[in-house]
Amino acid sequence: MSVLVFIESEEGAIRKSSLEAVSCAFALAQATGTELTAVSAGDADENTLAGLGAYGASKVLKVSDSRLATLSGKPVISILQQAVQQEGSKLVVFAISSLTDAVAPGLAARLKAGLATNVVAVPEISGSTLTAKRSIYTGKAFSFTEVSGDVKVITMKKNAVEASASAGKTASVQALAVNFSDTDFVLKHISTEKATGDVLLPEAEIVVSGGRGLKGPENWGMIEDLAKTLGAATACSKPVSDLNWRPHHEHVGQTGIKVSPNLYIAIGISGAIQHVAGISSSKVIVAINSDPEAPIFKAADYGIVGNAFEIVPKLTAAFKAAK
Amino acid sequence: MKILVCITHVPDTTTRITFTDNNTRFNTSGVQFIIGPYDDYALARGIELKDATPGTTLTALNVGEAETEPTIRKALAAGADDAIRINALPTDAWFVAEQIAAVAKAENYDLILMGRESIDFNGGQVHGMVAELLDIPCVNPVQKLDLTGTTARIDREIEGGHETIELSLPFVAGCQEPIAEWKIPSMRGIMSARTKQLKVVQPTGGEKLTSVKSFEMPPAKSGVKLIPADKPEELVRLLKTEAKVI
Ligand SMILES: Cc1cc2nc3c(=O)[nH]c(=O)nc-3n(C[C@H](O)[C@H](O)[C@H](O)COP(=O)(O)OP(=O)(O)OC[C@H]3O[C@@H](n4cnc5c(N)ncnc54)[C@H](O)[C@@H]3O)c2cc1C
Ligand SMILES: Nc1ncnc2c1ncn2[C@@H]1O[C@H](COP(=O)(O)O)[C@@H](O)[C@H]1O
Repeated sequence: MSVLVFIESEEGAIRKSSLEAVSCAFALAQATGTELTAVSAGDADENTLAGLGAYGASKVLKVSDSRLATLSGKPVISILQQAVQQEGSKLVVFAISSLTDAVAPGLAARLKAGLATNVVAVPEISGSTLTAKRSIYTGKAFSFTEVSGDVKVITMKKNAVEASASAGKTASVQALAVNFSDTDFVLKHISTEKATGDVLLPEAEIVVSGGRGLKGPENWGMIEDLAKTLGAATACSKPVSDLNWRPHHEHVGQTGIKVSPNLYIAIGISGAIQHVAGISSSKVIVAINSDPEAPIFKAADYGIVGNAFEIVPKLTAAFKAAK
Repeated sequence: MKILVCITHVPDTTTRITFTDNNTRFNTSGVQFIIGPYDDYALARGIELKDATPGTTLTALNVGEAETEPTIRKALAAGADDAIRINALPTDAWFVAEQIAAVAKAENYDLILMGRESIDFNGGQVHGMVAELLDIPCVNPVQKLDLTGTTARIDREIEGGHETIELSLPFVAGCQEPIAEWKIPSMRGIMSARTKQLKVVQPTGGEKLTSVKSFEMPPAKSGVKLIPADKPEELVRLLKTEAKVI
């Protein structure tokens, strides 16, 4: 028996959210007196995967298959189903991502496992039930959800559990041979378009976000300068992406990306409830807005009332000076 | 072609969420209910595909008790041909998925459109489970969906961008913007919705794998600390020494 955790990598490096999931899964393995096994179907090499020992994994199962160059839901469900069988696992942990969003429910249905998604803390386990604290009502509340089923699956929200490299284990990396079914590869990948070199918004520690108050796409230079200075990702409100001032994958909120960075800086954003829903699990929120009555100041920890066009360049200079 | 759109009946996005009974029950008093915003995108794209493909029927489905019928009627007013309500309180994704899969198996839909997630449970679960129960693929979150015959070309959001994929019907798609613009029902739509068929069926099975024990509100913010506009260096200092986030 062991706890399983699924790992995703980006250009050979394991994603931070996956490392957080490993730390969470390790805590659960310790709580249940079992070992932790990680599963990777991505491009991380053996050395990198062996490094997961520091985060608590005793074993890493590596799946290699030329058809896995781009990953989609069905083959990954098959991989995990067979890993669960081989390891006799009762608990599978994922980090939320665009891939695991389809994999976790599919795996749960295939195994008839209880599933809790959007989990914000290491779950409690007592006997055969697991109780997970979940973020619900789009960040406006939490639920304590009891999960049953012989096997249980959870998906962790970003920044919910700190990734800790102090487990002091050594992980052995083993190949996992998977029997795929004919219907696993019916999705034909055509192309991928990705902002390269930038900090990925869902993974970012700091996010600099602009709203309609910035008047037009030509004014995003100062937002990008500030982001670059802080090593931050850029984001925007919904009208900004609706107006095509910024790409859609930067849109944050109820109907966009939900972020949970350490620092979220909202510039020229009014703070509509649907925007705040997507940022409320940020550790610290800074608002810059010319309207002292803007609702964003209710959600913010720090605020500057004033004209963003004057404040932002000065703020960037101040961050640079403080480095 | 037969299209199924699964819709949730959820509190309006501006709702202030509160709980009663010692934080064990959602307080519905004064709450306006709407079609889930993501489901509304799915519905809008479904209607566009139906209008573009003669002979297509579009069915809206909700698992819910009688109070969801006004929400279902809105989907009929927007352009769905008929609707099904599975008469049960949707408290568990597995339970809901089994109900939807049972109907879908009997009806053989070519395309099942859902939202990327419900905005009450935020599960992001039901579409993936239904797809697995029907042994067809689930694609999520879908920002663009075009059909040529039985082949779909889809743009799917991924971290920091999107990917384009192709697959054949049938499949389940979890939709989000900008797949289509929300449809505002016309007066004629609202009138005709009253006479469209809304079939009520009883649930099958009934097993649940999760249950909510209690709710909790996030801690209240302690209030914003305002920094003078001419002192941005003070903000930098506070973020460094007080908040310790840079
Ligand atoms: C179902 C639904 C879902 C939605 N989902 C989302 C979502 O996911 N994300 C989202 O963002 N919105 C969402 N919205 C829209 C939301 O309600 C707001 O309309 C939107 O967030 C407003 O965007 P904004 O703050 O950029 O623009 P505005 O509300 O127009 O605010 C602009 C702000 O800029 C300030 N400003 C103007 N000039 C300056 C200046 N020179 N310097 C500094 N500040 C300045 C103004 O004081 C104002 O506060 C949704 C709405 C609905 C109905
Ligand atoms: N009770 C329900 N009735 C109909 N469809 C539902 C129901 N619950 C969830 N769905 C569909 O499944 C999607 C994902 O829901 P969830 O797993 O709750 O996030 C929603 O956007 C709907 O399309």
